[in-house]
Amino acid sequence: MNQILEKSIFEYSREGRGAAAQQPPALVGAGAAAAHEAQSALPAALRRRSKPLLPEVSELDVVRHFTRLSQLNFSIDTNFYPLGSCTMKYNPKACNQYAMLPEFLARHPLAPDSQGQGFLSCMVELQEMLEEVTGMKAVSLNPMAGAQGEFAGVAMIRAYHHARGDLARNEIIVPEAAHGTNPATATMCGCVVREIPVDAEGDVDIAALEKAVGPHTAGIMLTNPSTLGVFERKIQEVARIVHGAGGLLYYDGANLNAILGKVRPGDMGFDVIHMNLHKTFSTPHGGGGPGAGAVGVSARLEPFLPVPVVGREGEAYRWLTEVDRPQSIGRLSAFMGNAGVLLRAYIYMRMLGRSGMSQVGEFATLNANYLLARLRAAGFDLAYPTRRASHEFIITLRRQAKELNVTAMDVAKRLLDYGFHAPTTYFPLLVPECLLIEPTETESRETLDAFVEAMVAILAETETDAAKLKGAPWTMPVRRLDDVRAAKQLELTWKPVNSAA
Amino acid sequence: MSHIPADRRYAKSHEWVRLLPDGRVEIGITDHAQQALGDLVFVEVPEPGRVLGAGEACAVVESVKAASDVYSPIAGTVLENNADLGGAPELINQDCYGKGWMMRLQPVSPDALDALLGPEAYAAQLAAEGG
Repeated sequence: MNQILEKSIFEYSREGRGAAAQQPPALVGAGAAAAHEAQSALPAALRRRSKPLLPEVSELDVVRHFTRLSQLNFSIDTNFYPLGSCTMKYNPKACNQYAMLPEFLARHPLAPDSQGQGFLSCMVELQEMLEEVTGMKAVSLNPMAGAQGEFAGVAMIRAYHHARGDLARNEIIVPEAAHGTNPATATMCGCVVREIPVDAEGDVDIAALEKAVGPHTAGIMLTNPSTLGVFERKIQEVARIVHGAGGLLYYDGANLNAILGKVRPGDMGFDVIHMNLHKTFSTPHGGGGPGAGAVGVSARLEPFLPVPVVGREGEAYRWLTEVDRPQSIGRLSAFMGNAGVLLRAYIYMRMLGRSGMSQVGEFATLNANYLLARLRAAGFDLAYPTRRASHEFIITLRRQAKELNVTAMDVAKRLLDYGFHAPTTYFPLLVPECLLIEPTETESRETLDAFVEAMVAILAETETDAAKLKGAPWTMPVRRLDDVRAAKQLELTWKPVNSAA
Repeated sequence: MSHIPADRRYAKSHEWVRLLPDGRVEIGITDHAQQALGDLVFVEVPEPGRVLGAGEACAVVESVKAASDVYSPIAGTVLENNADLGGAPELINQDCYGKGWMMRLQPVSPDALDALLGPEAYAAQLAAEGG
């Protein structure tokens, strides 16, 4: 039984406790009287009879509770976090600072365009910068997550074929190295998924692709560099084959960080791309904040972009809606996407500038290849030993699992004891007992060296003291969690304990 | 080393097929497959009456590591599925060749089993994969 490290906020609740200084004006003084009056105007039958089940706590209880929770957190602000395909780069505080200017925070989403020209000018510039860095013709900032960006992308591919009366195209080709979200997206959009293999060096199997395309091909979804951490070298041939068959190319932007400022998806032949602004453009994510999955398209898909998008008319900016874009796939959020996240990405890009943007790609790749070279020299097995890493790479503990009964999960858990968050484990599925390592460009050489030292120490322990790994973590607030039980008996709601029981 | 019983045949995609005395076939995933997946937390099996083609994705196994499709090694009609797996997916980890069976089919042609791998050939495939 795990010890309870911190009670839920509800368990601190005591009837009538609160913090008047923190209450909104509507609940105190004259505001309270007005609120009471408004409430009495509601028909009695529609008024609630009991208080909502919200915690009633003092300010000090709240401060202590959340401070303790933050101390239990293993985060990018406290530790190196090389989670592959997630781009857990540092989120500069300046981005928060400027995005939280009162003029941005107080802006109402329904305010007329004329009163939000400053915000709209930031959004239009963000659209234009994203177009430029990806080589796409137009961008919509509307999708509120990577998955929603994917949905928008495939929905646009379908809308494009339908608009041409090309109704038979309902197949989306997905290489086996793809993120699981790709086949899920295709299915959500009513398409049939055709999986094709990759070859021994991680490139798309061209012969299989040629066999898969045809009059039913709506498009192909590709991540480049792929989830195997290698650049798809045959991308131009892939584009020729898919376009030749009448299909479109979808670029999954999960690994855009690797090529930022170096190669552009638009130049590779992609027709549509989603970008995870919360990865590549450094807004908080992974429990730290909501995402933003902006989509970019080539000219032929522009009419289908989700609305609203920001239009520039001389020096004035306005939201373009269904009226301006009658062929749009529609709206994906009530307003314009996650405005606060978009602002942070905008500020990040402005801070980097054009030269900074290509340094991101260079340093992310350099850091990954440095780690790869040092870990290989230390005796770790690479999944793709003949290939140079992109911004991430895969080691496999297949040998250790077989000979020493030590798994990738054991190594991941042991890393916590050395002060490092684990890399991604057991993904991609193609590589057994794998760790997918992505250091990002924001880590120093000293941090990378410390990570290598920890990995070397753990590799030695696999031979000399496997129990250290099997029982890890030893130093964390909680020990090895029962993830099987967590998956099978998911319980996410707190229920009041019956005091009579 | 994974266990490969001699009384059945195997698909390259790590399913097993056992011919029952009455001509039906029983299908599940192999010891190698359950080991590679790890602890299973969810299993979805096809409904009786569903007609399956050879190689068709027809079931899903999900572990803490991954979710994978299970392919029907031969063509046939689903007669029965293993309802116990809904509440106890771990049966596949504990006894993949027995209590962890997934479905029983009426095969289009029992001869289809001959096209599948025998135990030796499947063992050779695993060895070639490094497993």
